[in-house]
Amino acid sequence: MRCTYACGTAEHGIARRQFLGGLATGGAAGLVGGLGALAQPAAAKELASSQKRVLLFFMSGGLSQLESWDPKPKTDTGGPFRAIPTSVPGTHISELLPLTAQQMHHLAIVRSVNTKENDHGKGRFMMECGRRQMAGAKYPHIGAVAAKALSPENASLPGHIHITPGGGGGRGDNAAYLGPKYASIVLGNGNPPQNSERAAELTADADARRNDFRRNLNRRFTARRRTAETDVYTYNYEQAQQLMRQREIFDVSKEPAADHERYGKHALGKQCLLARRLLENGITFVQVSHSNYDTHNENFNFHLEQVGEFDRSFSAIVSDLADRGMLDSTLIVVMSEFGRTPRINPRYGRDHWGNAWSVVLGGGRVHRGALYGATNKNGTAVSDKEVDHGQLFHTYLQAVGLDSTSSFHVGGRDLPMADPAASAIDELLV
Amino acid sequence: MPADPKQTHVATEFKHDSPFICCRFDPQAKYVFAGAEDYAIHRFELEGGAKVTLPEHDCWVRAFAFSKDGQTMVSGGSDGQLVWWPVAEPQPKPLRNVAAHAGWVRALDVSPDGKILASGGNDNRLKLWNLEDGSLIREYAPHDSNVYSMFFHPGGEFVLSGTLLGNVKQWEVASDKLVREFDAKTLHTYNGGQAVDYGGVRSMALSPDGQYFACGGLHKATNPLGAVNEPLVELFEWESQKKKVSHISDGEKGIIWRVVYHPDGFLVGGCGGSGGGLLYFWKPDQDKPFHKVKLPNTARDMDLHPDGLRIATAHHDQRIRISSMTPKS
Repeated sequence: MRCTYACGTAEHGIARRQFLGGLATGGAAGLVGGLGALAQPAAAKELASSQKRVLLFFMSGGLSQLESWDPKPKTDTGGPFRAIPTSVPGTHISELLPLTAQQMHHLAIVRSVNTKENDHGKGRFMMECGRRQMAGAKYPHIGAVAAKALSPENASLPGHIHITPGGGGGRGDNAAYLGPKYASIVLGNGNPPQNSERAAELTADADARRNDFRRNLNRRFTARRRTAETDVYTYNYEQAQQLMRQREIFDVSKEPAADHERYGKHALGKQCLLARRLLENGITFVQVSHSNYDTHNENFNFHLEQVGEFDRSFSAIVSDLADRGMLDSTLIVVMSEFGRTPRINPRYGRDHWGNAWSVVLGGGRVHRGALYGATNKNGTAVSDKEVDHGQLFHTYLQAVGLDSTSSFHVGGRDLPMADPAASAIDELLV
Repeated sequence: MPADPKQTHVATEFKHDSPFICCRFDPQAKYVFAGAEDYAIHRFELEGGAKVTLPEHDCWVRAFAFSKDGQTMVSGGSDGQLVWWPVAEPQPKPLRNVAAHAGWVRALDVSPDGKILASGGNDNRLKLWNLEDGSLIREYAPHDSNVYSMFFHPGGEFVLSGTLLGNVKQWEVASDKLVREFDAKTLHTYNGGQAVDYGGVRSMALSPDGQYFACGGLHKATNPLGAVNEPLVELFEWESQKKKVSHISDGEKGIIWRVVYHPDGFLVGGCGGSGGGLLYFWKPDQDKPFHKVKLPNTARDMDLHPDGLRIATAHHDQRIRISSMTPKS
């Protein structure tokens, strides 16, 4: 299901194909990459035994920084909520995040994001792809980059998963030149991939014979005319078979009842628990979208609802990743397409605001408990260490051990992994 | 002089430097108290407009209630605090602070005998307090969602609470017994696309003859996050609980922030939202208002003066407006 925005703009368009069909349509994905993109050979070896992962929370519509990571209580823009202390001395966040406040020693806040973009679609593209959208140019989503650069070449499961609110599913069109192998597989409402169950009328025997026949034809064809495209085509079919065999990995009902309770009985709780399950089973990149924060009206009531829900599920997964020793290998990012205006409008709403807002990171090489950058007293402008989407994108990649200044070699061309005009925020990395 | 809604016009404005949230006249009819986005309460003298600021709450103030003798005012804040104030002191100082709710206090009322203060809030709770000493008398069973409004039945036997999800509960004051419920779920919307609950029972009122029970809020919420919705008041017969009529607008967008019955039997609705500020006047047998007044700016709260002639409205444009239901002088 598409999330609808208050301002009526179209969501960043993602053309979706049926999952299995999408898997079968292998494109010209570059076959270079995988662990080859790591900064150093030693790191590659280390990663082979401890695969890096990324967990991204996308707060659809534009989370208010004032009702989350950068509260400004008792100012003209502050709103009715208070700031509370966290597990990091001196760092305060909104009182809407009491459980997350106890996990802040695992996380870092960047309070000085200025993307200068107030459009939903453009802002989302910038944050997810690390570059400004340009006519005729397509750039891969960070999930596609992570899947290509971090997933083992022979991974039996897809490396790029999006868990979205509502129903639906299929495959995203967000891998650009990296090819459909790295495009997102969408798990609508946390359900297993569409069409990943063998049809009831098809017996296991008949299915096996059918696939044997396909493999025979493939072998005959590739013996004479093997290309990169045919390899991807074959790989995608085999991955789909693997996925069907491992369908249980996507079944969140297998998780303990106590964990369901702890993560929250709402949809986001189930989706976060599924995200944990996927990461534990070796999926490289998982994005969880939480909807909807486009609060032009009654910003405070709606943030009370939404952030309260997020707080419970998010704090639980951060705590679990830490307790299970996964934080060193798992980057956590919480982002939106932009923040919300400091000015409170007549309907108690806040509007789109890309000029001074916050992003949260944690895990990987991210400095735990860091507070980077600042906004002025009432949050109307960045006052210290301004950063943008390009710098953040480099930082995400560096945080999982990648050399973000390197390139993918695709179709005979070197394509920079991140915007060459930007660089990582070194102070945030250890 | 009888009130004539069709003569309603803005007679006075009290200017401030921060948007207003709520407003109430004091029972002695000398002041209007208002909460603003500057985390303070402001007391305006109706004659002359002299302003005194009462800074005590750590957050926005959303609700007021007064003792029957008019000597004491209690304010409720989004910090969950109740603060007792002397109404008429030149510079009022807090008499008492009580940590009442985990989360915002959204609504306050005082019992007809003047002894009990009721509060409702974001912790889904309705609580009764001894107005004299601030002690807790009773806490009712939790609601299904935030308590958005509450009021004492004038008979003194019951207190009612209205929630975000459109449930109205009638409780016995002398015990923790739930007497019955009204179904005002038409005032609530769950928007699946935006994944939000919206609306709720923003205000309640009982007609002077005790026949009709009004619940105000909104409906037609096609885009909650974008304020696309229309005002609605559901009118029930008090005894039978049957729905009498749905008071609607003429298509304007907005929320009924408060409903108050005039002693003459018509209902006044204070409305604000994307359609601006409006005052509606409804008769119990009609769905459409028999009169409406467009205000210069969106309204966020409304109160009826004890004289039955004046209406106070709190506005985003940093003004409290006093409208008069009399001919312009």
